Amino acid sequence: MASNGIKIAIVGGGLAGLAAAMKIAEGGHAVDLFSVVPVKRSHSVCAQGGINGAVNTKGEGDSTWEHFDDTVYGGDFLANQPPAKAMCEMAPSIIYLFDRMGVPFSRTPEGLLDFRRFGGTKHHRTAFAGASTGQQLLYALDEQVRRYEVSGKVKKYEHWEMISLVLDDHQVCRGLVAMNLQTLELKAFPADAVIVATGGPGLIFGKSTNSMVCTGSAVAACYQQGARYANGEFIQVHPTSIPGEDKLRLMSESARGEGGRVWVPRQQGDKRAPSAIPEKERLYFLEEKYPAYGNLVPRDIATREIFQVCLEGMGIGGQNQVYLDVSHIPAETLDRKLGAILEIYEMFVGDDPRHVPMRIFPGVHYSMGGLWVDFNQRTNISGLLAAGECDYSIHGANRLGANSLVSCVYGGFVAAPAAIEWAKNVQRNGADGSAIYDGELKRQQEINDALIKQSGTENQYIVHQEMGKWMTDNCTVVRYNDKLQATDEKLLELMDRYKRISINDSNLWATMALPHARHLDNMLELARVITLGALNRNESRGAHYKPEFPDRDDENFLKTTIAEYSGEGPVFSYDPVDVSLVAPRKRDYSKSK
Amino acid sequence: MQTANATNRTPPKTVEIHIRRRATPDSAQYWERFEIPYRANLNIISCLMEIQKNPVTKEGNPTTPPVWQMNCLEQVCGICTMVINGRARQSCSALVDNLEQPIKLEPMSKFPNVRDLIVDRSRMFDHLKKVHAWIELDGTYDLGPGPRMDQDDVQERYAYSRCMTCGCCLEACPQYSEDQYIGPQAIAQVRFFNMHPTGKITRDERLEGIMGDDGITNCGNAQNCVKACPMSIPLTKAIYEENRETVFHGLFGWLKH
Repeated sequence: MASNGIKIAIVGGGLAGLAAAMKIAEGGHAVDLFSVVPVKRSHSVCAQGGINGAVNTKGEGDSTWEHFDDTVYGGDFLANQPPAKAMCEMAPSIIYLFDRMGVPFSRTPEGLLDFRRFGGTKHHRTAFAGASTGQQLLYALDEQVRRYEVSGKVKKYEHWEMISLVLDDHQVCRGLVAMNLQTLELKAFPADAVIVATGGPGLIFGKSTNSMVCTGSAVAACYQQGARYANGEFIQVHPTSIPGEDKLRLMSESARGEGGRVWVPRQQGDKRAPSAIPEKERLYFLEEKYPAYGNLVPRDIATREIFQVCLEGMGIGGQNQVYLDVSHIPAETLDRKLGAILEIYEMFVGDDPRHVPMRIFPGVHYSMGGLWVDFNQRTNISGLLAAGECDYSIHGANRLGANSLVSCVYGGFVAAPAAIEWAKNVQRNGADGSAIYDGELKRQQEINDALIKQSGTENQYIVHQEMGKWMTDNCTVVRYNDKLQATDEKLLELMDRYKRISINDSNLWATMALPHARHLDNMLELARVITLGALNRNESRGAHYKPEFPDRDDENFLKTTIAEYSGEGPVFSYDPVDVSLVAPRKRDYSKSK
Repeated sequence: MQTANATNRTPPKTVEIHIRRRATPDSAQYWERFEIPYRANLNIISCLMEIQKNPVTKEGNPTTPPVWQMNCLEQVCGICTMVINGRARQSCSALVDNLEQPIKLEPMSKFPNVRDLIVDRSRMFDHLKKVHAWIELDGTYDLGPGPRMDQDDVQERYAYSRCMTCGCCLEACPQYSEDQYIGPQAIAQVRFFNMHPTGKITRDERLEGIMGDDGITNCGNAQNCVKACPMSIPLTKAIYEENRETVFHGLFGWLKH
């Protein structure tokens, strides 16, 4: 234990983790930073379109209040409003800070930051660095944290994976156990507080837009050690992704923000090339149905509409794909504002979107749910905080585009002082001895040893694949209670089969098999939280849609789902939502707000 | 930019992949051959995933699953870089349809080989420390916006900002080897920060980072780096500009002291 000062452990080196690390180091405190990949390679690099902040430099009368109202309206009023408001108020200063760090944000002719439009708002509110904004923001924080690494305030543990928390007899978090991904060595790391910033759990769905590290495994470990998991059933399916063999590659909402249009041929089964189909024979279904917001309706709505069009056989060539068309936009504008994403499409599909409309379909993208935190990012476990996609706050039932980057940084900036505050006042309960660390280490070593030793007939990758398929088929865009029930039964079967997997790598040095097995165990636990949360919520709200219960039901379900771990499965309860600032009203994107 | 499905030949039934393997850092390398069923639009990562599920060589011998690194799968994180048919590139964006078979996969040769296709590139991050690749902020508290900038300058900086520290430029560089030459990636980051109005203030510290024995003068002007860069970063331009800056700094820098 750091006797001379405070030491905070941060798990995850994406935007949220690095934001917290920078603030804590700046405050003069020590940080142990854990990441399964070098932090510069974290999933935040995949964010493309931009970061929201109501800077109001476009003469549109934008305000942080308007940003806040768009956010809670877009989230179908499931978000606690005070932290959403606080984030929107902090957003302009976050953008300016990144500007000072040297992020090459696109500029106006006057040399000011340029802003573009995104879904769920009528304002130009999204600052952007080409179409690789997440990469640039992450690098800026990576650079600042490297400064503190040089000055000795931050110690990085890259290629170390958090396996579990170390809790004392009073259920207070005293550090964590991590595994070296080369040697498989397990080690306990004492800390005065732990901030988990490990991102989303997209890998539960097999293929998603998420990076391969996005298993939700660390968060699932916290959940199994007593952390409350909130709103797990709210999974965002992004309307526009490029289906692939290994993953679904994101095609940013900024394509629509810059004027991209979604359409299918009006005539079912039309086999003509898209350029041969005249304007009046194209069905711009989002523009027709939602005249006020058009292609920039929030993601949950765009996704359902695309899904429905394909279900009715109106997809291109009868398949599950629709056109996302930017070919009418001048090539110079496209190169400057969207270059990076158009290159991704060209690289993986082979067509040039400057001339040929892209073919896209919805893909699992983001979890609105996550670890329950209070308004200071503190979980219910004392000494454990969470920030970024892995916490449930801010986005309610549906996240607006370009709000994720700002929420990550906001979460990190709030978690940092809260962790320091806790660390300064922590009652150690005489728990500084080594017994609790040794105990947790032993427990985790036994799990590893058993996995290595066991030889069964099940294949861990097949179990993962089956989980992904069931979750994608039954727990994404449209949900039916009988299918959700069947999915939970399937998950129980997979959990049973998991007990009979065998690690197929006899060389344990830098093996991928054992870490994956541990992820899989954790993913199955979270999959049940997501599935049963969805089963229990008999209404439709934001990303959660049940045809059997097509309307939002504020009377019964304007509440936060809370899941707590037990040996028999998740135990559910519900918390009220703080709607003290804006009274909930019906969402209707066919009209202006 | 390459084009997928560019060829009209009939698709093969299988994909044959040869992997240069190594069990531990101090053991010898060896080749193993694998064969998987062909599907359209396979990339190298999908092939490796297929082999990983059931690791059996082409000859039918069970073996250990080959290991590699992967993350974003969109060619933006840089982690999955390996040498594919003789060229260092990202395995996520290497499409089977565009590759000659048998496909040969090797770990990058300029970095310590951990196991199979995994190498340790931590040295590249150390180089970023050496050249002070950051802006010296007064603090992260709210000080309003940064300096106004010309969009043309921003676009030039944007090109440098896309470096994902993948190492392709170092693999291709005939001068680069351990401790002898800091290499194009770090020099390009010097350019990135020295172009920024605030970054300029601490320009000299960065220049000194590329003026030592392993510094910029080791560049042999082979220009392999700029061809190897998957992000099309103008690396040779950065080297040219920073070479000029270091020369001026060498000649007149002492006047500041």
